[in-house]
Amino acid sequence: MTTDRACTLTIIGGFDKDGNPDLVERLEMHRGEVIGIVGPTGSGKSSLIADIEQFALGDTPSGRKILIDGCEPRAEIRSDPRKKLIAQLSQNMHFLADMSVDEFLRMHAKSRGRSPEVAERVIELANTLTGEPVRHDHHLTILSGGQSRALMTADIAVISDSPIVLIDEIENAGIKKKEALELLAGEGKIVVVVTHDPMLALMTSRRVVMKNGGMVRVIETSAEEQKVCEDLAKVDDWLMDLRETIRRGEVVEAAI
Amino acid sequence: MKLAVLAGTPGSGKTSVLIHAARSLKRDGLRPAVVKIDCLWTEDDKRFQRLGVPVAVGLAKDMCPDHYSIYNVDEMLDWAQSQKADHLLNETAGLCLRCAPYPDKCLAVCVIDVTTGPNAPLKVGPLLTTADVAVITKGDMVSQAEREVFRERILEANPGCRIVEANGLTGKGAAELAELIRGGPEVGDDMLLRHNPPLAICTLCTGELRVSKEHHRGVLRHLDGFMEYFGE
Repeated sequence: MTTDRACTLTIIGGFDKDGNPDLVERLEMHRGEVIGIVGPTGSGKSSLIADIEQFALGDTPSGRKILIDGCEPRAEIRSDPRKKLIAQLSQNMHFLADMSVDEFLRMHAKSRGRSPEVAERVIELANTLTGEPVRHDHHLTILSGGQSRALMTADIAVISDSPIVLIDEIENAGIKKKEALELLAGEGKIVVVVTHDPMLALMTSRRVVMKNGGMVRVIETSAEEQKVCEDLAKVDDWLMDLRETIRRGEVVEAAI
Repeated sequence: MKLAVLAGTPGSGKTSVLIHAARSLKRDGLRPAVVKIDCLWTEDDKRFQRLGVPVAVGLAKDMCPDHYSIYNVDEMLDWAQSQKADHLLNETAGLCLRCAPYPDKCLAVCVIDVTTGPNAPLKVGPLLTTADVAVITKGDMVSQAEREVFRERILEANPGCRIVEANGLTGKGAAELAELIRGGPEVGDDMLLRHNPPLAICTLCTGELRVSKEHHRGVLRHLDGFMEYFGE
């Protein structure tokens, strides 16, 4: 249910951790684009995602500004989940809510103005991403990291279906990352993905390089990199197969 | 003079949120003053002093901190006046969740921490249900979905309140809260509390140490909810 109107996301540069201006002064993202954020640990990737998530107006430590269709977003768009333009899959994988999966999803659907019946679909979809099935009467607090991440991914695809999707390190959760990214990207969305994973990084059309809290460079994914990405996908499929074989307690037989 | 009363559970981040809001008011050319009420001990006044805003501390000691801050509102306002302040920010130390320290002519702000779980908004009672603004803190520690569920629960408890998502570490939400404080009502004479104080005091409030029920008088409530009166 992505809205039909145009949606351009603009980041106006701020400052790095030492107060030096971002070398990338302005960055525009358009619908249908998948953009990566890369850089070493502590380089400010998650802060950049946080700036976008809260539509920073120069009021965050980085001093960056986020514009939607060239304008500062209105206050209600910043806060009301029913009007929210952003869905976010964060690194926080553990639920603190002591509720059943079903109760939580129904409540979340209500907060986003969706029908509570979608809960069933979220669970179904989550179970295509994880090897350990999630049941509707499971308590959130007992879910494993992989189950939580799969559930949140499906939640974003179904309940928080928003034109802008922010993803923070999806690869660390032990779920099918390529399928998860494709599911989250949907059609005609702006997807921003923080990643250390070479395949996910090369699946994007451009990637922002972070250093010491600042945006230092934007790299377009070259034709050669796209070719590397295809090779990586094959390696990744092989790894996934191997992992499943080992998980099933079987013996690995053939090399690639 | 405008008054903002900040209440919330211990550790929810009231002081951090208020420091950022006070800084934001100051930046806009206003003159906030802070009164911090605590029970036994506080060093938070030093944190406010670093901002360069007038700050006073009240310790309720063995009295109920909410009651103490309520009947001292006039004294606090006089003090703020003497400091040539135009906004008094009063941080309370409410603990028992039976009263709410909000006069009718103030901006009532309830600070609530998302890590307490989505049932917390149903537990804090009048502190939240009679507030004008609910400030949600520590949202960066949970998923977006859990934040949104928490928000929905707050709206179930208090459908009319404004919600501000704040971060006491980064200052997120401070500008929004400062804006609401500026838009709050002017204080008046003869202000009334928004919510009834608790039913009555019991024998324990007057110093009884013996545990057994036979030593207690007045209206007592049994575990099963049955209430009866003991005494003359």
